[in-house]
Amino acid sequence: MTAAPVLDVRAVGKVYGAGDAQVRALREVSLSVEHGDFVAIMGASGSGKSTLMNILGCLDVPTSGRYLVDGTDVGRLDERRLAVLRNRKIGFVFQSFNLVPRMSALANVELPLAYGGVAAGVRRARALAALERVGLADRVRHDPNELSGGQQQRVAVARALVTAPSLLLADEPTGNLDTASTADVLSILDGLNDAGRTIVMITHEDDVATHAKRIVRLVDGRIVEDRRQAALDGPPPRLAPAVPR
Amino acid sequence: MNALEVVRFAVRGLAANKMRSALTTLGILIGVAAVILLVAVGEGTSQSIQQNIQRLGSNTLTVSQSFAGGGRGGGMGGQAVPAGGGGGAVARAPQAATGPRTQARELTLDDARALADAAAAPSVKSVSPVVTAASQAATYEGTSHTISQLVGTYPSYFEASNKPVAEGSYFFNDDVLAARKIIVIGRTVAENLFGSVDPLGKRITVAGVPFTVVGVLKESGSSGFQDADDIAVAPLPAVQQSLTGFGSLGQIVVQARSAASVDAAQTEISQILDQRHGITGTATADYRILNQAALQETVSAATATFTVLLGAVAAISLLVGGIGITNIMLVTVTERTREIGIRKAIGAPRGAILGQFLAEATMLSLVGGLLGAAVGVLGAQFTIAGVRPVVVPASIALALGVSVAIGLFFGSYPANRAAKLRPIEALRHE
Repeated sequence: MTAAPVLDVRAVGKVYGAGDAQVRALREVSLSVEHGDFVAIMGASGSGKSTLMNILGCLDVPTSGRYLVDGTDVGRLDERRLAVLRNRKIGFVFQSFNLVPRMSALANVELPLAYGGVAAGVRRARALAALERVGLADRVRHDPNELSGGQQQRVAVARALVTAPSLLLADEPTGNLDTASTADVLSILDGLNDAGRTIVMITHEDDVATHAKRIVRLVDGRIVEDRRQAALDGPPPRLAPAVPR
Repeated sequence: MNALEVVRFAVRGLAANKMRSALTTLGILIGVAAVILLVAVGEGTSQSIQQNIQRLGSNTLTVSQSFAGGGRGGGMGGQAVPAGGGGGAVARAPQAATGPRTQARELTLDDARALADAAAAPSVKSVSPVVTAASQAATYEGTSHTISQLVGTYPSYFEASNKPVAEGSYFFNDDVLAARKIIVIGRTVAENLFGSVDPLGKRITVAGVPFTVVGVLKESGSSGFQDADDIAVAPLPAVQQSLTGFGSLGQIVVQARSAASVDAAQTEISQILDQRHGITGTATADYRILNQAALQETVSAATATFTVLLGAVAAISLLVGGIGITNIMLVTVTERTREIGIRKAIGAPRGAILGQFLAEATMLSLVGGLLGAAVGVLGAQFTIAGVRPVVVPASIALALGVSVAIGLFFGSYPANRAAKLRPIEALRHE
């Protein structure tokens, strides 16, 4: 493995609107995330962390600057390649779960593989493995509306990691969860990072951020703090002894 | 992502809103069923009219008196007989009462004889003068029946008008010369008067005059409102003597030698009758010649137009159904914007989204089309407004094809809209 970082953000800016109504959500943000890191991006609402998240997830394009995922310049990709990139390299976990309604947990987890063109048999096996990894092996047939919030978010995590992406992007993954479910989801993320998965997580809760190896703080679209709290190649700071069931 | 999966996603999407999907399908169903059924009705009408025309006989020309006729003398100084024809007004209207008019002459037996002249009319095979007495009461041993049409004619009439005898025999030229009171009756008359009794050789009384039954015509089936089997045929003088009197003829049925010589025969007849009736120049003939072949062509053209018209009306309802699909798919896309955003965020390519919504639209129209075809074919089994519809297989294929095309066409706009959604905006949608 050469040194190409998973994420390489170079002087990215994002401007919304025009004229007097112009809002500069991001100003010259540069950030590089190495393979195996667990980064928490923190900031108050309006600090530009959601904008950064959307750009990192290739859902939005920056107004200025360059952004590379695994050495690939995202700005040069057309829509079709962008879709492939989102499918293969990035796994999303949203605050509001965002499972497709009326589809079983298994079908939801299979969905990215279906879009990736994986054969049905392999797809099922990998989806079941991913669901087992998040401790939902007994809920595969349930529809999202038959699952609790914590369970839904675990399905979303399974869906995000089933394609074995280079990067797991979590946008306030615990924002809508109670304490117990929050602990569940965070311990799963800890476990995944321990297994070598790169994770970038957005949060505004200090307690959640303590799970990360590195904390990046945004204020008014600028990085004001970039602090490492655990070694890059070590385990995450609050790794539980075992993934709880 | 194979085709089967696209279809599975589509089915799942449609099943989520069963009522809505069913109603949209109904729109297409009605459109397709209407196309198939109305075209079938048009075709049925056309076929039944064609059959009726063919039943009149082949290669025949029917000459009858035209009340709209009466030659117009005008400045040409023709036959100056004072106007008195029934249709005088029609002829007189353009030039008021300035010109003298000829009176319409009636068709006579002499006209018929002239037409039979082989030298003047080489294309004519046979000539049958015809008198018709309508609604004649016939009785047989206390049973009575009103024959709707009693025809007095020559033996050649049977062949010319396509009325073969099923039992017994025709009458012959000798019978005509001798004015024998014999009669050939239609199937309806035979059944009503005799029931299960064999009518041959029995004497029936028609309007007080006794006739001997010598034959029964082959059943030709009813033609619309008129029962073509409620008929009796007797020698011309016998009918004239006892019922109609020796006045004018109702019509003259002329049979041409072949299908190719029908038009030539018509020209010959016109020449002979024009001469005999003194019709010259621009004068309107006081007779009319009904040409079987020409009639058939005209009617074919008319019924084809009629069928196209019906089809067009039905096609409009199919179009309306298609707009219904666009409408409902637009609603669906708006409703599922967030879902589209999720799918895009996890890497759905544009084609997959486009395919999913196109598949949904096409499925709506295809299911509607198949059900519509079933309803149309089923409906065509019943008699509609006196017409037995005849399903045209091409109309089924066309209606089904068009319904699928409608799904693709009317579904493509909403599907495109879905595929073009930017994931970031789609995800923000609530």
